[in-house]
Amino acid sequence: MADTLDRKTVHELAAGLAEKRWSSVEIVKDCLDAVRTRDKEIHAFLKFDADDALREAALSDERRAAGKALSAYDGIPVGIKDNIAVRNATVSCASKLLENVVSPYDATAVAKLRAKGFIPFGRLNMDEFAMGSSCENSAFGRTMNPRDTSRVPGGSSGGSAAAVAADLVPAALGSDTGGSIRQPAAFCGVVGLKPTYGRVSRFGLVAFASSLDQIGPLAKDVIDAGIILDTVSGKDEKDSTCLPLDPSSSSAAAMEGAERRTLDGLVFGMPKEYFSGPLAPGVAKIMEQTVAQIRNMGGKIVDVSLPHTKYAVAVYYIIATAEASANLARFDAVRYGRRIDGADLVDTYFKSRGAGFGPEVIRRILLGTYVLSSGYYDAYYLKAQKVRTLIRRDFAEAYKQCDLLLTPVTPAPAFKFGEKSDPLQMYLSDIFTIALNLSGQCGISVPAGTDEATGMPVGVQFLAPELEENRLLRAAAAFEAVRG
Amino acid sequence: MAKADIDVKYVAELARLELPPERFAAVERDLASIVDYIAELNEVDVTGVEPTAHAAALSNVWREDAAADSGLRDAMLKNAPALVNGCLVKVAKVLPGEESN
Repeated sequence: MADTLDRKTVHELAAGLAEKRWSSVEIVKDCLDAVRTRDKEIHAFLKFDADDALREAALSDERRAAGKALSAYDGIPVGIKDNIAVRNATVSCASKLLENVVSPYDATAVAKLRAKGFIPFGRLNMDEFAMGSSCENSAFGRTMNPRDTSRVPGGSSGGSAAAVAADLVPAALGSDTGGSIRQPAAFCGVVGLKPTYGRVSRFGLVAFASSLDQIGPLAKDVIDAGIILDTVSGKDEKDSTCLPLDPSSSSAAAMEGAERRTLDGLVFGMPKEYFSGPLAPGVAKIMEQTVAQIRNMGGKIVDVSLPHTKYAVAVYYIIATAEASANLARFDAVRYGRRIDGADLVDTYFKSRGAGFGPEVIRRILLGTYVLSSGYYDAYYLKAQKVRTLIRRDFAEAYKQCDLLLTPVTPAPAFKFGEKSDPLQMYLSDIFTIALNLSGQCGISVPAGTDEATGMPVGVQFLAPELEENRLLRAAAAFEAVRG
Repeated sequence: MAKADIDVKYVAELARLELPPERFAAVERDLASIVDYIAELNEVDVTGVEPTAHAAALSNVWREDAAADSGLRDAMLKNAPALVNGCLVKVAKVLPGEESN
């Protein structure tokens, strides 16, 4: 954002609103200026509606002046990934097939943001249908990493991470199916949280892999990630996989962690399998520094084992593509989407889908269709579901010896555009993030330093058991406060 | 490791995707390398292991089967590629001999 709001977090903006140091209209104008100028180089946003955002901001300022602010955060804009529905805005999932589809309703997460006065702002770029790790798979052009525009921002929530890193918005929503929040957060140097599966309603999130998808925040600090989580979490009758719980209270835990700045009594497990493969020297060095810092803060480090780690990528690419092939079967261009008329109805499906989906989406639909096809179901899908059980058991065993797990987010910092052209190589770069989606637990990527060789940010990942977001954010915020 | 044998044309038909024939070879190569990679699961013993379909700690969730008006009909129809009489989605004929509308 421009001068007055530069680098401000959500909680700092809220404090300034309360003290009348700035108005919501001023914040939104600064976002608009930033998007109109700096985003030309970064291309984090696919679209934004300036009039709508300014109108919402003016209403927010009126509410606040009348003493009727919806929350401390009333009037603060939050960027929204293009696969999360916002009423009257396009929801294209960065796909040509859905380019002009306008959502008639808000996703539950967006409705919950609005209920606290947050302003949903713009449509953030992503890999098409959230399939990718670099934002190179967007049908509408790639997003650049704000720290080095020759490098990828990560994916699939690359637009969300880049927008927060470049101060275009104070925070953003993304979605994480195999690391799509945590990996771009690490690549761009921001915080990214994947909540426990079922913590946040998926209603209005265009489904990729339903048993893995979860909405979460990308933010400038851990406290903000907690604030957004507290806002969007909680039961929802529109999503029967959303857990029947009250909203989280994780921002308070994060604030406490940031204030107390200690990890006293906490045991961090380091899975030895995560350190057996190649790790960029810069990432290894930052892991060492992180371990030293945790010990200095009173935390204890122990070695743990997640023996089925090496199978996680294979399990993931069976389950995720199988579910995707079923979920994306609905895009037939009959009721919405770009239709290409064929000789008959079935031919119309073939033509519209063949022309509308990009190469990576087609690859994954075909892989998913193949593993589910007659004669292969037991060998691939059922087998993968069973190994998924073993991966979940690994985590349960590990948490008997520790409170949190500590791992790298990625084997190396942000790579250059075009560097990973082989799909399998791209999939293997997700090795440290995907097991968490298979297990369903929560995890956070926190900036932990800069890689000397490339000058790019490096993140570390903290993981916690199911629904232990408070433990996770308290520790991550303490770590972040001391690291500075 | 044996190269997986994948009939891309057949799989694309199952997936209702028109794929230009000149892309078959490249797609088959990509899929075969991934399928060969995921074949490493063969070495895992899963005897007696239950499959995990879902990570959420939930079983069946029930609600009243009550009809409600979403109020979204007109907004939904605006996204349709073609309409009949402004209120029906236009599709090509499904059965032979049927009227196309």
